[in-house]
Amino acid sequence: MTRETQSTPAASTRVQRLGAGELSVDIRTPDLEVNFGPQHPATHGVMRILMRADGELVTGAQPHLGYLHRCAEKIGENVEWLQYLPYTDRYDYLASMNNNLGYSLAVEALLGVEIPRRATLIRIICAELNRIGSHLVAFGTYGLDIGAFTPFLYTFREREWMMALFEKICGARLTYSYIRIGGLFNDAPPGWFEEVSRFCDVFEQKWQEYVDLLLVNQIYVKRTANIGIISREMALDFGLTGPMVRGSGIDWDLRRDMPYMCYDEIWRAGAFKIPVARGEMGALGDCWDRSWVRVMEMIESIKIVRWCLDNMVEGPVIADIPKTLKVPLGEAYVGIENPRGELGHYVVSDGGKVSIRTRVRGPSFCNLAVLEDILPGSLVGDAIAIIGSTDIVVGETDR
Amino acid sequence: MNFFLEGIYQTVGEHLPMWLMMLIAAVTGIAVVLGMVSLIAMFSVWLERKVSGHIQCRYGPMYVGWHGWLQSIADGVKLLLKEDMIPRDADRVLFMLAPGLVLAAILGAFAAYPLSPGIWFGDIDLGVFMIIAFSSMTTIGVVMAGWASNSKWTIYGSMREAAQVVAYEIPLGISLLVPVMVAGTFNLREASALQADWFGMKWFLFTNPFMLPAFVLFFIAALAETKRAPFDLPEAESELVAGFMTEYSGIRWSFFFMEEYAAMFLMSALGAVFFLGGFESPLTHFAGEFFGKELVVVGASGAKELNFAAIPYHLVAAVTLIAKCFFGVFLMMWLRWTLPRVRIDQVMTMGYKYLTPLSLLCVLGAALWEAGKHALFGS
Repeated sequence: MTRETQSTPAASTRVQRLGAGELSVDIRTPDLEVNFGPQHPATHGVMRILMRADGELVTGAQPHLGYLHRCAEKIGENVEWLQYLPYTDRYDYLASMNNNLGYSLAVEALLGVEIPRRATLIRIICAELNRIGSHLVAFGTYGLDIGAFTPFLYTFREREWMMALFEKICGARLTYSYIRIGGLFNDAPPGWFEEVSRFCDVFEQKWQEYVDLLLVNQIYVKRTANIGIISREMALDFGLTGPMVRGSGIDWDLRRDMPYMCYDEIWRAGAFKIPVARGEMGALGDCWDRSWVRVMEMIESIKIVRWCLDNMVEGPVIADIPKTLKVPLGEAYVGIENPRGELGHYVVSDGGKVSIRTRVRGPSFCNLAVLEDILPGSLVGDAIAIIGSTDIVVGETDR
Repeated sequence: MNFFLEGIYQTVGEHLPMWLMMLIAAVTGIAVVLGMVSLIAMFSVWLERKVSGHIQCRYGPMYVGWHGWLQSIADGVKLLLKEDMIPRDADRVLFMLAPGLVLAAILGAFAAYPLSPGIWFGDIDLGVFMIIAFSSMTTIGVVMAGWASNSKWTIYGSMREAAQVVAYEIPLGISLLVPVMVAGTFNLREASALQADWFGMKWFLFTNPFMLPAFVLFFIAALAETKRAPFDLPEAESELVAGFMTEYSGIRWSFFFMEEYAAMFLMSALGAVFFLGGFESPLTHFAGEFFGKELVVVGASGAKELNFAAIPYHLVAAVTLIAKCFFGVFLMMWLRWTLPRVRIDQVMTMGYKYLTPLSLLCVLGAALWEAGKHALFGS
């Protein structure tokens, strides 16, 4: 056997004799193996998907990870508790506030420290603003994947303001390290809450623009409805979280179901709802449903921010914790609702200055697993739409 | 260019041999077409960047010249200086030939474009056929480019291009048949002249109720033919990296780019001439009344003379057509920066199942309407 034939096992030529002089030849061309990524405009980072395609039809797909692996978890076992915080910024760089928050809550669970009320409220404001920013990127780049260039710039216009707000409060635009173990890095500057309030007012109008321009656009609906369907069972089997699982019609949000900070108080006050997809434009759990959930969540986040602004209290923003932190013996797992799903931090302490185990349950990583099952059978153009709808951040899948 | 050549012929024509005259004709024609296509492409690129910028709440190019009007020249210089790369496994000959073929085809198509009612490169009686045939030839170049690049993404791009153009050339041609049938000519100049009544507003679009749907169908098919969004599947940036152009760089890449904008202009020209009155507008009408229309008149001595007094009229007519063309180009840009891209099966479905039957219906309806009009009112 020559090397040539070995490399194309799918090629087969079937010759069938039907009758005298009749000959039917069924020549199947081998499936095309396409390396989708690591450098491809629609992989949202450096991910590689090895795709087999029969013409325009995808017959198989296998995601390959690890191009951005930076040993984040191992670093967590080598640096002090406080020093690890900036590394959490880097895994889901679109939702750094939430990452900070997740790690801080996990360590605080071990410390058993009381967080000042003002710090908790500002934490929620930051986390929700960051969720809006993250969903803006998700929605904008999803439009880009579908081929709509302009909404991307509109969403980035609002995200720019969100980042300016964060810059005012902590000095950084992407990797904040603002939410610290025990509270916050510092208090909000004067006038910051007023500007957040103004942002909320403006954002609500702009949000309607996105809905009109893209979400209900007929071509957008035709492109995203009824493709990449994740059934309820499948969503549960794969352990999907966040907009992915709500996009499949399962009402599951950690902010309500496993409340942390004072989200349960906000929920009881009726300040926000949890959007769950109903399959309006096609089958339940298609790409359109997932993008709809994200768009609706933005407006719910605005409501949470408003509630926090209305109930803001004066006081300190950080608990009294020592500079060199020694965490009591024990282990803790805290899962929070990141924009992409459940971000869990599992930390184990032997009572020393350094964690002996730091593990992260990244939402993008878990949500990514479903791709291998939903990509086959779609067209190449749909494959891009499906990958975009999972809204992965490669920094987090690889960590 | 007939005007220019007529001038030469009138002044020194008798002293020159025939072959020299033909050589001059050919060289001037090629030079003017090349210059015009380059100018159109450069202006369109600038326009596209400005239009997209303003749609997206930004300015677009602002630094090179006033509002960045020299940006295209700066880009052209950059493209000329870039490394011309040919992939190792590419088919070198086809790879180098493809951009040239694409550009040559679209330049050829411009031969049928009339500059003004009296000035043309070639007064071709089958002008519509010529433009459609030449612009189909660009597809061969695109498929060639995709195949020769020897990359999977480029093959995807070129196959999509082939499938798409085959699907959309039919409704394009048929929807264009509606005004052609009403006009009774394939000649762009003559078709334009037929719309001169009503003070230059007797556009074909207003003379027959089936014209408007035909125009919409024509416009959609033209978008697909020129690979513009929402039908930009052959390039599909987010899907196929850059489609058939993925492996091209530098000046060869810019040939594809020029072709795209030239094709947009040409398709808009077809639309403008056959639906939107061509040269005719109230402005052209009154310019014609005021300055006279004939460029070549028979003088007192009985010999042909050039009538320079009519030149302003021809300028107005030329600018009218160019403005209409750029209006079409602007519409295409507007759509590109607004709409998402459709999927390949939706493109095919739309072309074969909807546009083709609808355009045939338009032809039938328009034919019946014209026949009825003829039977009732005579002529």
